Amino acid sequence: MKTAALSALAVAVLLSVPLGGQAPKRYNPPRTPWGDPDLQGVWNDATSTPLQRPNGAKDVLTDEEAADFQASLAHDLTRDRRDGGNDVDVNRAYNDHWMDARRLKITADHRTSLIVDPPDGRIPPLVPLSPERQAARAARAAANTRFNAGLPDDFTDMSLPVRCIIRTDSPPYLPTIYNNDFQIVQSPGVVAIAPEMIHSARIVYTDGRPHLARGLRQWLGDSRGRWDGPTLVVETTNFRSDDGVIFQGASSATFKITERFTRVDATSINYEFTVEDPSTWTKPWTALIPWNKIDPGEQMYEYGCHEDNFDIVHFLIGARNRQKNAR
Amino acid sequence: MRVQRRLVLFSFAAAVLLGVALAVAQTPAYRPPHRGDGHPDLSGIWQAFVTANWDLQDHDAQPGLHPELDGAYGAGPGGQSIVEGGEIPYQPWALAKKNDNFAKRGTVDVSNDKTWHALGDPELKCYMPGVPRATYMPYPFQIVQGSNNTILMSYEFTSATRIVRMNWTQESPADAWMGWSRGRWEGDTLVVDVTGLREETWLDRAGDFHSDKLHVIERYTLTSPYHMQYEATLDDPKVYTRPWKISFPLYRRMEKNLQLLEFKCVPFTEELLYGRFRKPGTK
Repeated sequence: MKTAALSALAVAVLLSVPLGGQAPKRYNPPRTPWGDPDLQGVWNDATSTPLQRPNGAKDVLTDEEAADFQASLAHDLTRDRRDGGNDVDVNRAYNDHWMDARRLKITADHRTSLIVDPPDGRIPPLVPLSPERQAARAARAAANTRFNAGLPDDFTDMSLPVRCIIRTDSPPYLPTIYNNDFQIVQSPGVVAIAPEMIHSARIVYTDGRPHLARGLRQWLGDSRGRWDGPTLVVETTNFRSDDGVIFQGASSATFKITERFTRVDATSINYEFTVEDPSTWTKPWTALIPWNKIDPGEQMYEYGCHEDNFDIVHFLIGARNRQKNAR
Repeated sequence: MRVQRRLVLFSFAAAVLLGVALAVAQTPAYRPPHRGDGHPDLSGIWQAFVTANWDLQDHDAQPGLHPELDGAYGAGPGGQSIVEGGEIPYQPWALAKKNDNFAKRGTVDVSNDKTWHALGDPELKCYMPGVPRATYMPYPFQIVQGSNNTILMSYEFTSATRIVRMNWTQESPADAWMGWSRGRWEGDTLVVDVTGLREETWLDRAGDFHSDKLHVIERYTLTSPYHMQYEATLDDPKVYTRPWKISFPLYRRMEKNLQLLEFKCVPFTEELLYGRFRKPGTK
């Protein structure tokens, strides 16, 4: 009995040793005046490490491989390239203008996927989906096809980000080309996480209150938090189901996400999330994304979206003109 | 000498008494508990119960924009002015524009980028409401008072937020829908200086408006554990003849486990804004 417990402990210790092989140094985070770990500040999660490991890639790159990868990524994206024709050139210049330069770096530990479990770095296989969910996915795919062809029927053919309803503010938080900041503000019993894009604040109660009743559904779900030592653990459920676009096409009835925010040094947080949905994936999966404190001279500014969403009208007017000209 | 001294003492006593009386009359008797940093904690969910979102000034009850469709659902309640002195001191041209805004409050046209913002109440179009309108819309808002010189104000309407930077000197780097808020404590009152507001927001459904020169100074003062007095002074030399002030109480929402819910209104306004560009025959 004792031996079994000891070996289980040994396995746990081994598992917690990071990939670099050094023993973990436990960082003692600063505390708020009321004694909670202090996560406050503006953090940035930009990285070019993909969510899923590219097929055939090794799991961790050497320093040299990482440098090569970052150099080639910078070259692929630079506005100074002139190949590929005018449209491609203009697109590169446009993206370069907006792109968060931190986006050009892979994670400091040189992983090739943000997913750390399963070990192959890939989203687990799907379970067989019901005919209704297959139909919903097919309808969504058809709308995407119309939009990508420049022929959206109406605004509902566009994605929620294009419609400025939600962008990277819906958990889990995944890095994107720009606006990767998150500002955390705490008061007793509350941790508020304000993503830069789009200007919402997720108010996470840590006072032990229950979740909303199951019938109340929100675009960003309903979050409850608790402290596990230095770690803020946030569980989110109650996502909306009527749009067919919940994260990775999961089922809102059974989808649950658990996020863990842990300060690992003075300037970074480990953001780890596990998603589970037995009616979508064969097993839960977990990703780890480093959040880095932004330069003290920087600020997070308001990200408006819908208020000046000229694009949505351009897309629709363009589609109507294309259809008129095709007749 | 003795007489004089008595007189002085008497005057002193009277002055003290008078001072106490004035203090009682002028400042709320309530002394809020202080947090570790020596300031009151304004954190919580608050809501105004004035009808200023329909009209800051005196207004009768009114029908909605489309009574033939909405009946009494669309109607608005009457209410008394929250403007000190009753009226907003508009320059003559600005009063004419306010009336024009009101006449066109329900009209939108987003077919041209250049005139995208020209028509319609921004609330109708689900825009972030700006300051001070966000405070007296008929939706709750939440204050999260951080311990790092940062106060988050999170509004239920369209999930608008703003960060109040305490004791901050940097000027607004760019205009924003919710402006640029810098805070400081004056005794137990939180004073927030707001600049950098986008000129397109309105102050109410009556077409009251401002320019990009609007400068708002807000004052938040707890008057009991459950009430907070809100004051805002609006200065805009392009639109008004002088600065003017509004004030009203905010009420702490007391329901057990109450939380802000989403009011993401973009889906509620897309048909109004974009429905006319739909492919014919697809709906």
